[in-house]
Amino acid sequence: MYQYDDFDRAFLAERNAQFRAQVERRLDGSLTEDEFKPLRLMNGVYLQLHAYMLRVAIPYGTLSADQMRVLAELAERWDKGYGHFTTRQNIQYNWPKLRDIPDMLDRLGDVGMHAIQTSGNTIRNVTADHFAGAAADEIVDPRPYAELLRQWSTDHPEFQFLPRKFKIAVTGSPNDRAVTKAHDIGLVAKERDGEIGFEVLVGGGLGRTPMVGKTLREFLPVADLLPYCEAIVGVYNRLGRRDNKYKARIKITVHETGIEEIRNLVEARFAELRPLFDGSDMNALRRIEAQFAPPAFRTSSQLPERLDPALQAWIDTSVTAHKRADHAIVTISVKAHGATPGDASAEQMRLMADLAERYAYGELRISHEQNVILPHVRRADLPAIYAALNKAGLGTANVGLASDIIACPGMDYCALATARSIPVAQGIATALEAIERDIGALKIKISGCINACGHHHVGHIGILGLDRAGVENYQITLGGDGTETMAVGERAGPGFAYDQIVPAVERLVRAYLDLRTDPSETFLAAYRRLGAAPFKAALYPDEEAAHAA
Amino acid sequence: MSRRPFTPKVVTANLLVEGDVVYLSADDRWVPALRDAEIQEDEAIAEARLLDASSQSDTVVGVYLAEVKHGPDGPEPVHFREAFRASGPTNYPHGKAHEAQ
Ligand code: HEM
Ligand code: SF4
Repeated sequence: MYQYDDFDRAFLAERNAQFRAQVERRLDGSLTEDEFKPLRLMNGVYLQLHAYMLRVAIPYGTLSADQMRVLAELAERWDKGYGHFTTRQNIQYNWPKLRDIPDMLDRLGDVGMHAIQTSGNTIRNVTADHFAGAAADEIVDPRPYAELLRQWSTDHPEFQFLPRKFKIAVTGSPNDRAVTKAHDIGLVAKERDGEIGFEVLVGGGLGRTPMVGKTLREFLPVADLLPYCEAIVGVYNRLGRRDNKYKARIKITVHETGIEEIRNLVEARFAELRPLFDGSDMNALRRIEAQFAPPAFRTSSQLPERLDPALQAWIDTSVTAHKRADHAIVTISVKAHGATPGDASAEQMRLMADLAERYAYGELRISHEQNVILPHVRRADLPAIYAALNKAGLGTANVGLASDIIACPGMDYCALATARSIPVAQGIATALEAIERDIGALKIKISGCINACGHHHVGHIGILGLDRAGVENYQITLGGDGTETMAVGERAGPGFAYDQIVPAVERLVRAYLDLRTDPSETFLAAYRRLGAAPFKAALYPDEEAAHAA
Repeated sequence: MSRRPFTPKVVTANLLVEGDVVYLSADDRWVPALRDAEIQEDEAIAEARLLDASSQSDTVVGVYLAEVKHGPDGPEPVHFREAFRASGPTNYPHGKAHEAQ
């Protein structure tokens, strides 16, 4: 894992001292709120419905056991004992006091973490495949490139006031678990003639105008990564619509300018920038790569054929193939039925840190699906890990199933929300618990407003909470997909009231169970084969009856 | 041109240091409970109270007028957003309504 050097530590200490002074000046009245707000946003501090919120970056989702313990400590000392893991591999604290935030940032700084650029019109936390460095299908570990991008983009003087926020995701696997096609820049590692490079996607995004990222370059050599990204962001910085915040993301710039023209502009700018990169970036990359060397794997025996059914059920859902046959990747579900998706208590965080230390070479990951990963686990240790997790309420065998729901904070916390998301997720998870193993792979994603932080556009079933004349109303989209075959879901029809949305989703999945050819046909596959009609019929049975009459 | 008649409002904000939701009372204090807030019935007075409250930027942030209706124990929220602001999130017993009990 990447270790901060003296330069990183000095930079962070200076930045934290600067923010502490800004908070003090706000509290003593020498800064107005208008002056202070952009400064606090630069440091990840939002004002939400009921309190401030601090968003801490977990770069490319990678975390050490010690870092996880400090996240737990923050929850306990300065918040209400829990934190919320988000779809962008951040953690949010919902209840900090403004006066305490500088202390929280200092404590984070002790373990090389920060909240810089987790808000504002800057390049945000660079995200990556949460199975990076471990997955069996991986071509290359994407994290060194993500770390290089993090260092390049942090406090980059040209990119502190972009037209809008800017999000980059990197994957090293052909199976895209990082939603690269819904990012401003998506980087997909490829191998060509023994050389590693990237397919560069640009202009993806969700929000009010969802767009699938388009290929800007089929193959970008690693050595060109920074100048090429700098060219993209530079072109966007110049062309991006600053006049209208709803048209300010690069996806709109690409849409309005056309991908061909954007490509010409980027390539021209790249030609200017490339000579300025003298190779020191590649030296930095080599130093970074050395820090991401795999752990010293210990060999492991395999598990017996027959296992306790509860353990088997958990292994079936929570375990993914590791690049070593005697190891496994464990996804810890932070989605117990009826709990708030993505929330973990301080005790749970500490337990996960302890397990990482004992069984996973000290490493943890946060997934964009709001779960926690133990990336390298000896297969023989799986029973002990399951037992420990289960005791702490973390042994739910639902990863990838209907109750493994992404939900944004919605109107329970978020000042921009038009409806709640969390209780809808809780209701669906509880309602489908008994049949979710039968349903199989299903991605339900819920956002509390059109900003789409809960990725509803790319849910197999997407739910968008709206305010219809002062009442919560929920719109369903169908057939979305957040992987390499990304698709934006289609609206199914009129929305549902708060007390009708859970039954509506239940009707949908029951219809699927009747419609599928056999259990191996997933919800998404059945939807693609049959189209929306039979699912709409299940959602709106009264309308069907009216037509038939 | 007809204007919509003024409906009852309260002045509300978040505390600068704590971030908590607060309301302006008749005796010019920032109080945590909506029921203790002063109801503004007159548009001109409401605007004046809002202006005055907005100048207290050393105490509160994000001051605005929220619509309310009269209830047996004082003002009650009209929109569900204000109901959540008044009572806290619905997924945990974390709201100040719960803490006050
Ligand atoms: C709670 C405070 C939050 C605020 C104020 C907020 C604000 C926003 C806004 C305004 C957008 C739309 C941007 C645009 O289309 O230009 C957005 C998009 C997004 N946010 Fe949030 N968000 C919040 C929380 C979250 C959380 C908790 C997550 C993760 C669960 C998240 C992840 C995302 C993602 C994935 C998108 C869509 C991708 C994109 O197009 O950028 N946000 N957010
Ligand atoms: S989708 Fe809307 S409600 Fe949900 S976190 Fe984002 S801005 Fe808030």
